[in-house]
Amino acid sequence: MQAFLDLVGAGFLSLMGFIGLNSELMGRYGLRFLDGVWVTLQLVILSVGLGALLAWPLAIARIEGGKLLAGASFGYSYFFRGTPLLAQTFLIYYGAGQFREALTEVGLWWFFRDAFNCAVLTFTLNTAAYQSEILRGAIQSLPVGQMEGAQALGLTRVLAYRKVIVPQAFAIGLRPLGNELILMIKSSAIASVITVYDLMGVTRLAFSRSYDMEVYLWAAALYLIMVEIVRRVWDVLERRLNRHLLVSR
Amino acid sequence: MLDLLRLLSFGPDGWGDEILAGALMTIELALASLPAGIAIGLAVALAKDSPFFLLRAAGNLFTTVFRGLPELLTLFIVYYGGQMLLTRLAGYVVEGATIEVNQFVAGVVALSLVLGAFSSEVLLAAIRAVPRGQKEAASALGLSKFRIFRFVTFPQLWRVALPGLSNNWMVLLKDTSLVSVIAITDLMRQTAIAVGVTKQPFFFYLVACLIYLVFSGLSSVVFTRLEARASRGFKRMGGH
Repeated sequence: MQAFLDLVGAGFLSLMGFIGLNSELMGRYGLRFLDGVWVTLQLVILSVGLGALLAWPLAIARIEGGKLLAGASFGYSYFFRGTPLLAQTFLIYYGAGQFREALTEVGLWWFFRDAFNCAVLTFTLNTAAYQSEILRGAIQSLPVGQMEGAQALGLTRVLAYRKVIVPQAFAIGLRPLGNELILMIKSSAIASVITVYDLMGVTRLAFSRSYDMEVYLWAAALYLIMVEIVRRVWDVLERRLNRHLLVSR
Repeated sequence: MLDLLRLLSFGPDGWGDEILAGALMTIELALASLPAGIAIGLAVALAKDSPFFLLRAAGNLFTTVFRGLPELLTLFIVYYGGQMLLTRLAGYVVEGATIEVNQFVAGVVALSLVLGAFSSEVLLAAIRAVPRGQKEAASALGLSKFRIFRFVTFPQLWRVALPGLSNNWMVLLKDTSLVSVIAITDLMRQTAIAVGVTKQPFFFYLVACLIYLVFSGLSSVVFTRLEARASRGFKRMGGH
């Protein structure tokens, strides 16, 4: 197995050398770049997934909640959508360092000590705000008759949300949610500023040692590939979930 | 609490003046990138709308690349890449010459490339929203292609494009914070310096966030007025 992988690696490197890239440099840093891609994927999947869990209650609070809940949800998304992600990341990562003693006391310091965790937390809070706005828009774009009809059939409000409103809102919000996922892949590069070795972090490390601009081109290619894959997958997903809306071609 | 507020005072003991200078730099960066970005966006939108295959492909490639890359990566490529490229070019003219790229210029170039890619999509949609009949009528009146764009399409673009462009402006305003990474003394950088001295990260980054919030609040007021002005000849849905 190892021999086979080595062969594939050597073949890939000589191919890259053949098209004019620096195969010696790639041999030295190539595997690190793959590690970086994996860290970036972890950051994005964790934060977008957890953010989605947070976004639904935020969106529903905005619509169903009283003045207080709706106001709180609005304030939350206004703050996180109105300030740069970099500032939020610094606020949480460096801000947590300031409250080290208090955090140790409540037994949370181990979490905030790790830059990766802080990045995931910040990105989760940030994307939850954007996703909740998408979902709110989707829910509000449904005709009011959907809720009335569900209630006329004797469904409770909670059940109506679960069986009628949420599935439809999800299908409507699918495309903007895909855009949000792509934005998150791009924004995750910010984690490199707080010493996380994601794809961007690895690239900056490789550049600071080799001074070869080429490493930025590798990173560019890898990011574009990730974004393009999401775009294609989303096209398929959208066609599948919204196939009842498609006009036959 | 009072001690914290004192840290924001102006003068030698407080960081108020430094942070204000940084905030001004942030505004300058955004305002300098806006016209360049819109100009790039318009050119790319026209390329994507052109009948020539090569122009269309180039426009689409530009959009795919600069919308798909992380803004931070674009910034590094422009800053370090520009430095190396210019140095190599200068090497042909004068042996051993090196050129330092000004950080502000690199920041503005990177931000306008990104803004251009995003606004080209908005402007393309706006160009296509002008009814075909208007262009045909203008053409029947004997206007040249350039004059049709200048006098018929162009003045109508803004009404349709403004909401999208205002979104792009908000994104640009927040993206300016990234240039602090290449040592431009913008709001983010000045805040980081203040944090380094005072060891009050939570307070200062919160202040920075609030300043960004004020900026986006002010911008949305301006854009609401601009939109009202641009669509003053039209009835709105639900209006009267």
